[in-house]
Amino acid sequence: MEGVNRMHPYLSIEGIARHYGSRTVFRDLWFGVERGEFVCLIGHSGCGKTTILNILAGLESPDEGALVMDGREITGPSLDRAVIFQSHALYPWLTARENVGFALRSRHPSWSKAEIDDRAQAALELVGLKDAALQKPRELSGGMKQRVGIARALSLKPAMLLMDEPFSALDALTRGTLQDEVVSLVGGGRQTAFMITHDVDEAILLADRILLMTNGPEARLAEIIINPLPRPRDRANLHRQPGYYALRNHIVDFLVTRSRLLAGTRPDGWTGRNVPAISTFDTPHSLEIISP
Amino acid sequence: MMQGRHPNWAAPILSAVILVLFLAAWQLAVHDTSPTAGMDPEYAKLMGAAANTGKSAIPTPWDVAVKLWEAVRHPFYDHGPNDKGLGIQLGYSLLRVLLGFGLAAIVAIPAGFLIGMSPLAGAALNPFIQVLKPVSPLAWMPLALYTIKDSNISAIFVIFICAIWPMLMNTAFGVAGVRREWLNVARTLEVSAWRRAIHVILPAAAPTIFTGMRISIGIAWLVIVAAEMLVGGTGIGYFVWNQWNNLSLADIMLGILLIGLVGMALDRLLGLAASAVTWRE
Repeated sequence: MEGVNRMHPYLSIEGIARHYGSRTVFRDLWFGVERGEFVCLIGHSGCGKTTILNILAGLESPDEGALVMDGREITGPSLDRAVIFQSHALYPWLTARENVGFALRSRHPSWSKAEIDDRAQAALELVGLKDAALQKPRELSGGMKQRVGIARALSLKPAMLLMDEPFSALDALTRGTLQDEVVSLVGGGRQTAFMITHDVDEAILLADRILLMTNGPEARLAEIIINPLPRPRDRANLHRQPGYYALRNHIVDFLVTRSRLLAGTRPDGWTGRNVPAISTFDTPHSLEIISP
Repeated sequence: MMQGRHPNWAAPILSAVILVLFLAAWQLAVHDTSPTAGMDPEYAKLMGAAANTGKSAIPTPWDVAVKLWEAVRHPFYDHGPNDKGLGIQLGYSLLRVLLGFGLAAIVAIPAGFLIGMSPLAGAALNPFIQVLKPVSPLAWMPLALYTIKDSNISAIFVIFICAIWPMLMNTAFGVAGVRREWLNVARTLEVSAWRRAIHVILPAAAPTIFTGMRISIGIAWLVIVAAEMLVGGTGIGYFVWNQWNNLSLADIMLGILLIGLVGMALDRLLGLAASAVTWRE
C-alpha cells in the first residue's frame, strides 16, 4: 500500500461533498489525477458518480471542499476540461461537422469558417467518420453519434478529458470497438482523462487507476486500485494477461458485496485523505468478507 | 379495405364527392321554395324582388360561382369607398394582419425569451399574462379607438394584442424547455450568453416558437374580419358587412369562401416555415 496523496497532483479533489437536504450522497472525497493519467471511477448508481463528474466539469459546485487543477481552483466550466456526455448531447439541428465546428469555434474564435470546417473534418476522420460529416445526428447510429461526441471533445485538445459512462447506451459490439478507439486515441499517457463507468472490463482496459466507491448514501471512496496490467493493452488479449482475473475478481467482488457491506460505514481511523491503494490481488478478498 | 391503408387518390376523390353532394344539396334546398306565402309582409317588402319572383333569397351555388368569376376577373377595381375589388379588400386585411402580427412577433419573441430564461420573470409576469390572454381582442377596440383615434391603427393594435399571447407563451415554453444537456455542452465550451441564445436556445426552441406563430396568425385572421366589421372602411370584414347591408348574400358567401381560403394559405405558409426549422432526433 502506498499513500495516494502526493504533494501536487495535476488535478486535486479536496474533500468535496454533496448533500440534498439532510441526506448526504457522498462526503470527504479526496483524490488526485496525475498529468497523462487515465482514472476510472466505478460505483453503483446512487453513489453520486455523475455529480462527481459534473463537479469536475464545473457544471455543479460541491457543497463542501474544493478542486484544484494545475494550481488553480476550479470555479466553473472550462474549455480545458472537455466532457463526453453519456447521451452524446449533439445538437440535432447541426450536422456532425457543424457539431464539432461549434466546439472549435469556441476554442478558436478568430479562425475562418474554412479553417473550422477543415479541422472539424479532420477530427471526424480521426474517429472514422470521414463520410458522415455532413449528416445530421438523427441519420447516425448510436455509436456514430458517440464518435462525434468524442471528436468534438478531442478537437478541443483539452488538458483533461471527462467521460460520463460514454458507452453505456451502446450495444456490446459497438462499445468494444469504441473502447479500442479510446485506447488508441487517449491511452498511453498522452491525454489526462477521468471516466465514470460501471463496466469492470472497460475500467481495466482503460484505466491506470480505478477508484471504487461504496454505495450511497454517505458514499465514500473505499479503495484505489492501481492497475498492474502493462500497456499497451489490447481488448482481445486482455483476459490472457497474467493477473487479469485476480484484478477483475477483486473489482467484481467489491461491486457485488463489499460496496454494499461498506456502505455508510467508516472504519476507525479512516479518513478520506488516506484511502488504501491496492496493486496486488493475490488474496481472494471475497472469501474473507463473505464467510460469516 | 384494411383500416388506415388507402391509396393516395382515395382522399381527394372522396373530397370531390363530398363537395358535389354538398353543392347538390345546396342547389336543391334553395331551388324551389314557395314565394311570399306565409312570409311576414314587412319582411316580404324588405326582400323586394327576391320575395316576389318566387326565388329564394339564398343564392344558388351557381350565383356564387358567377360572383367568384367576376371577382377573379376584376380583383383590383376601385369604384369608390363602397365598391372595391375583392383583391383590394383582401389586400387591406392582409396588410393589417401582417403589420399587427409582425409587431407582435417583434415584442413577443424577445419577451418570451426573457421569460423562458428567467423563472423569476416568468413567475412575476404570469398573473398579468393569465388575465390578459383570455380577453377577447375586440374588447380592446373601444379603448384603442379612444386612445389611438385612427381606426386603421386601432385594427392593427387589436391584431397585435391578440397575436402576442400564443407567441409569447410558446416562446417562453420552448426556451424554458431547452434540454439541460444542450445547455451543459454550451457551458463546458464557455459559449457566451449571446452565442448561446442565438446558436443553441433559438434553434432548440424554434419548432415551439413557430407553433406559437402559427396559432397567432390563425387567431389574427379570425379577428381581423370582426375588427373590420367594427371599424369599417376597407378590408374583407368590411366587405362582408357591407354586403349584408346590400342584402347580397351571394357576395357574403363569396367573402366567407375567400376568408377561408386565405386563412388556409396563411396557415400553410407558416407550416412550411415551421417544418424548415424543425429538427428531429
